[in-house]
Amino acid sequence: MQEHDMSWVRTEMVLAQPAPAGVAGLGAWVRRNLIASVGDTIMTIIGIALVAMTLPQIINWAFIDAVWTGPDRTVCATVTQGGIQPDGWSGACWAFVNAKFGQFMFGTYPIEERWRPILVGILLVVLMVPMLMPSVPRKGLNALLLIVGLPVVSFFLLVGGAFGLQHVETARWGGLLVTLSLSFVAIVVSLPLGIVLALGRRSKMPVVKMLCVIFIEAVRGIPLITVLFMASVMLPLFLPPGVTFDKYLRALIGVSLFAAAYMAEVVRGGLQAIPKGQYEGADSLGLGYWQKMYFIVMPQALKLVIPGIVNTFIGMFKDTSLVTIISMFDLLGIVKQNFSDANWATAQTAKSGLIFAAFVFWLFCFGMSRYSMYTERRLDTGHKR
Amino acid sequence: MASQEVLREEPSRASLINNPTVRGILYQCLVVALLVAGVWWIVHNTIVNLTNLHIASGFTFLRGRAGFDISDTAIAYTSDSTYGRAIIVGLINTLIVAFAGIITATIIGFIVGIGRLSKNWLIQKICTVYVEVFRNIPPLLVIFFWYSGVLAVLPAPRDSVHLPFGSFLNQRGFYFPRAVWGDGSWLILVGLLVGIAMAWFVARKAHLRQMATGQQFPVFWTSLALIVGLPLLAYVLSGFPLTFDLPKQSTFNLTGGFVVKPEFLSLYLALSFYTAAFIAEIVRAGIRGVARGQSEASAALGLRSGQALRLVVVPQAMRIVIPPLASQYLNLTKNSSLAIAIGYPDLTATTGTVLNQTGQAVECVVIMMVIYLAISVLTSLLMNWFNAKMALVER
Amino acid sequence: MKNIAIGILTAAALGLMASAASATTLDTVKAKGFIQCGVSTGLAGFSAPDDKGDWQGIDADFCRAVAAAVFGDGTKVKFTPLSAKERFTALQSGEVDILSRNTTWTINRDTALGLNFIGVTYYDGQGFMINAKKLPGVNSALQLSGAAVCVQSGTTTELNLADYFKANKMEYNPVVFEKLEEVNAAYDAGRCDVYTTDQSGLYGIRLTLASPADHVVLPEIISKEPLGPAVRQGDDQWYHIVKWTYFALLQAEELGITKANVDEMKNSASPEIKRVLGQEADTKIGTDLGVSNDWVVNIVKAVGNYGELFERNVGSGSPLKIARGINALWTKGGLQYAPPIR
Repeated sequence: MQEHDMSWVRTEMVLAQPAPAGVAGLGAWVRRNLIASVGDTIMTIIGIALVAMTLPQIINWAFIDAVWTGPDRTVCATVTQGGIQPDGWSGACWAFVNAKFGQFMFGTYPIEERWRPILVGILLVVLMVPMLMPSVPRKGLNALLLIVGLPVVSFFLLVGGAFGLQHVETARWGGLLVTLSLSFVAIVVSLPLGIVLALGRRSKMPVVKMLCVIFIEAVRGIPLITVLFMASVMLPLFLPPGVTFDKYLRALIGVSLFAAAYMAEVVRGGLQAIPKGQYEGADSLGLGYWQKMYFIVMPQALKLVIPGIVNTFIGMFKDTSLVTIISMFDLLGIVKQNFSDANWATAQTAKSGLIFAAFVFWLFCFGMSRYSMYTERRLDTGHKR
Repeated sequence: MASQEVLREEPSRASLINNPTVRGILYQCLVVALLVAGVWWIVHNTIVNLTNLHIASGFTFLRGRAGFDISDTAIAYTSDSTYGRAIIVGLINTLIVAFAGIITATIIGFIVGIGRLSKNWLIQKICTVYVEVFRNIPPLLVIFFWYSGVLAVLPAPRDSVHLPFGSFLNQRGFYFPRAVWGDGSWLILVGLLVGIAMAWFVARKAHLRQMATGQQFPVFWTSLALIVGLPLLAYVLSGFPLTFDLPKQSTFNLTGGFVVKPEFLSLYLALSFYTAAFIAEIVRAGIRGVARGQSEASAALGLRSGQALRLVVVPQAMRIVIPPLASQYLNLTKNSSLAIAIGYPDLTATTGTVLNQTGQAVECVVIMMVIYLAISVLTSLLMNWFNAKMALVER
Repeated sequence: MKNIAIGILTAAALGLMASAASATTLDTVKAKGFIQCGVSTGLAGFSAPDDKGDWQGIDADFCRAVAAAVFGDGTKVKFTPLSAKERFTALQSGEVDILSRNTTWTINRDTALGLNFIGVTYYDGQGFMINAKKLPGVNSALQLSGAAVCVQSGTTTELNLADYFKANKMEYNPVVFEKLEEVNAAYDAGRCDVYTTDQSGLYGIRLTLASPADHVVLPEIISKEPLGPAVRQGDDQWYHIVKWTYFALLQAEELGITKANVDEMKNSASPEIKRVLGQEADTKIGTDLGVSNDWVVNIVKAVGNYGELFERNVGSGSPLKIARGINALWTKGGLQYAPPIR
C-alpha cells in the first residue's frame, strides 16, 4: 500500500453513531415487543391486566401476609376461628410447614436415627455433583459408585439391622425420603431394563420380540394407579402362602416396571435412528451381538435420546406422588396426612402445605429439565441441519 | 447375503451350539419355558391362596346387588343396580371427563403454544411461565389445587352466584336449566341430522367446484346456516315442544336442573391445564419444524399472515404434531384415573369400591386393566388412521 | 426343565421376600420376634401416629396387648398402615398377623373373605354430623332429605347410608372419597352438609375441623358397627391367642386388676384373681394357649385393662371424651362380657 498525501482522505474510521431513537433504547424495545400493532397492543393490555390481577395477590399471600413461625394453629387462624389474626386475614401458613418440616423430609423415621437419611442425602450430593459436571474426570468410577455403591450403602444405612444399626421398617419411612429413594432406585433399575426391552423388541427372535412388545404396550396402555393397585392388592395373592413382600418394595417394583416400558420406547427411538451401516460395520469387524451393542450402537443411540430419557425421569419423579393412593406416605402423602392434625387445622393449612409440596417437586423437575437442555447443547456434535 | 450364509453353514456342522439359528431357537425355548413356569407358579399360588381363604373366584359377583350409591351417573343407576352396572357407570364417567379434557387441553395447548412463539414479549413470557410451572408439578397436585381452589372460591349453596339463563354457581356445583323434550321433539333431531348431511354434501360440492374452476364458495357460513337453521325450523313447526327444568333453592341445596359437580369440574380443569402445557410444547416444536421459507413463500404469493398460518404452516405442522399429540391424549385418559383422589367416580374409583365390597381383587384389577387397554388401543387406532390421512401424499 | 425353572424362580423370589412360613402363625411371629399389626392410615382414638410416629389408639394398643401375651413385651409390634381397600388382602396374604383397624364384623367378611373376627373391641354405630351453625333447625337425621353426604368409599358405612335413605324414602347426593383425610377436608370446606361414619369416628374427626364447636353429631344411630380385630382363617391357635387376649383385657377390668396394682394383685387372696394371673400352682392355662402362664400379667402391665385402654384412648383421658355407653362391662349395663378364664 502507498501512503496518500491527499488531505481529504480520512485515515481513521468514523466512530459509529448511536442508532436512531426509533430502533434503539427502551422506547423502541417496547414498540417492537409490546405494541407492534393494534392486535399486539390489545394482547399486551390483557397480559398486563392478568399479571396485575394475580401477581400482587400471590406476593401478598405468600410473603407479606404469611406467618413464618409459631407453635400451633392460633398463629394462622383469625379471631373468629379462635386464633390471633384479624378477621379477613389471608396469608400462607409457613409456620405449619416449619413445624412439620422434619416429617415432610423423613416421615416418621425415628428422630434419633435421622442422621442416617441425612448422611445418605450428603453421599448422593457428593456423588451426583461431580457426575453432573462434565469437566470432572473419572466418570466411570463415579458412575459405578453412584449406581451400585450408593444403593448398597444406602440400603444398609436406611434399613439398618446390620453393623449395629437399629432396624427401621419401611412403614416408618416417609416424605421426601420416600419420594427421592423410590425415584432414584426406579431410575437406576428402569434404564438397563428399558434397554433390554428395547433390544428385545428389535430382536430377530419372534418369541422374544412378541413378549417384549406385549409387555411394553400393555404397561403403556394402563394407568400407573392400576399397576400400583395390582402391586398392593394382587401381588400378595400371587406368592406362596405366608410369603410377603414389603409394601415399599412392591411399590418400587411397580414403579420400576412401569418406567421401564416407557424407557424402552425412548431407547428404541434412538436405536432406530442409528444408520444400518453402523450395525454392518460392527458385524464386519467380527463383533458379537453384545459387543456390537455395547461398543458401537448403544453409545450413539443413548446420546441421541438423552432428552427423552430425562423426560422419562421427570415423569417418573412426578409419578411417585401416586403412591400416596396406596397409603404410602411420600412427600405429597405426608403433607396431606398432616392436614388432619387438630393442632394445625386452619383454612390456610391445606393451601400452604400443597404449595410447599408443589414447590419441592417443581424445583427437582425444573432442575432436571434445565440440566437435560444443557447436556443436549453440550453433546450436540454439530450434525445440525 | 445368501452366499455368505452358505459359507457359514460349513463349520457350524462341527458344533451345533455356534449356529446362530439353533442358538436362537434354544434361547426362545428357554424364554418360553421360563415364562410358562412363571405363569404356572403364579396361577398355582393364587389358586392355593384363594382356596385356603375360602374366597370364591369368578365373575358371577358382577350380577350381585351393588348396595352403594354413585354421585355422578350418566345412565340410570341406584343402589339396587348390579356391580357390573356400577363399573359401566364408572367407565362412562372416565370417557366423559377424558373427552371433555382432550378438547379443552387441545384448545388451551394450541393457544399457549402459539403464544410462546408470539413476537409480543409479555405474552411470550406469560406462556413460558405457564408451561414451566405446569409441566414440572405432579398431576395429582394440580388436581388437589383445583379441587381445594374451586371449593374455597365458590360460595355456600344459600349464597349461590346467580348467572344468566337461570344458572347458579356454588360449592355443590354449576347448576343450569335442563332441557325437557316434549312431544314432537324428534323432528328437531331429524332436522339436525338432515342439516349435517346437507352441510357435508355442500362442502363436498364446493370442494369439487374449487378443484375444477378455482372458484370459492362460503362453505362455513352455509353449513352453519343449515345445521342451526333446520333444527330451528323443525322446532317452530312442531309447536315449541322444549321446556326447561330450572334449578330451585331447597333446604340444603338447589334441586332440579342439570348439575356439573365440583369433582368433575376440578378434575376436568386440572387435566386440561396440565396436559395443555405438554401440548403447547408439542405445538411449538411443530410450528418451528416448518421451514421458514414456507411462510416467506406464502407471503410472496400474497397470502395474509392469518391465511398463511391456516393454509400453509398449520397443515404442515400438524404432521409433526399428531403422533406426540396422540400420546398426550392417551396420557390424559390415563391420568383421569387420579379422579380417585378427589372422589369423582371414574372407572378406577368405582371398580375400587366394588373390589372393596366384594373382595374380588384379582377379577376387579383384571377388569380395570382390560378396559384401560381397550381404550388406549382404540385411541391409538383412531389417531393412526388420522395420522395416515394427514400424512404427506407424494404426487 | 419346568421344575428346575420353578426352583430357580422360587429361590430368587425367596431371596427377596420375608421369611416363608409353612409353620403356624405363632411360630412365625416368634421366629421374626414381633407381631405385624395392620392399622388404619390415621383415625384419632383408634390408630393414629403421634408426633414421634408412634401409633396410638385402641386398635394399636390391642396389638400391643397381643405382643405382651406372646413375648411378655408390649413393644414387640410393628404397624402397617392400610387403606380400606388393602386391609383384607394384607391379612389374607400374611402381610399382617392381625388386622386391628376399626373394621366392622359382618357375616360376609367371615365367610366370603376368609377372615375370623375375634370379638368386638368397640361397639359402634353409624351416625351423622352436621354444621349446626350453617343448618340451624336440623336436629334429626330424618330431616336430611336432599342433603349432600360425605362418606368414605368401600366401607359398610357407604352401604348403610344407601339403605337408610332408601328405607326412609329420602334422597341424597353421595360425595365419596377414598381416604378419611380427604372426606374430612371436603366436609370442612363445605362440600357436603352431612358427614357420616361410625359415631366414635365423628367425635374424633370433629376435633380436627377448623371450628369444632360449630358441629353437632345427630342422635340417630342407623346401624350396628361392631368393630373388632380379625385374623386369618385356618390357624385356630393364633385365633385363640388373639381372642383370649381380648377376653383377658375384659376379665382384668372385671376383677379390678389395673396397670398400677397388677403386682400386688398377684398375691391376692381371691382364687379367681390368682388363677387369671397365672399364680395357681401347676397352672396350664397359659401354656395350653401357647403363651407363658403369666400372660395376663404381661398384658395388663403393657396396656392396662380394657377400661384403662378405653379411657386413655377415646374416653375421659383423651380429647375425644366418649362415654363408655354400651362399651361398659356387662356388670355395669354394657355389652362387654368375657367368658371365664379357667
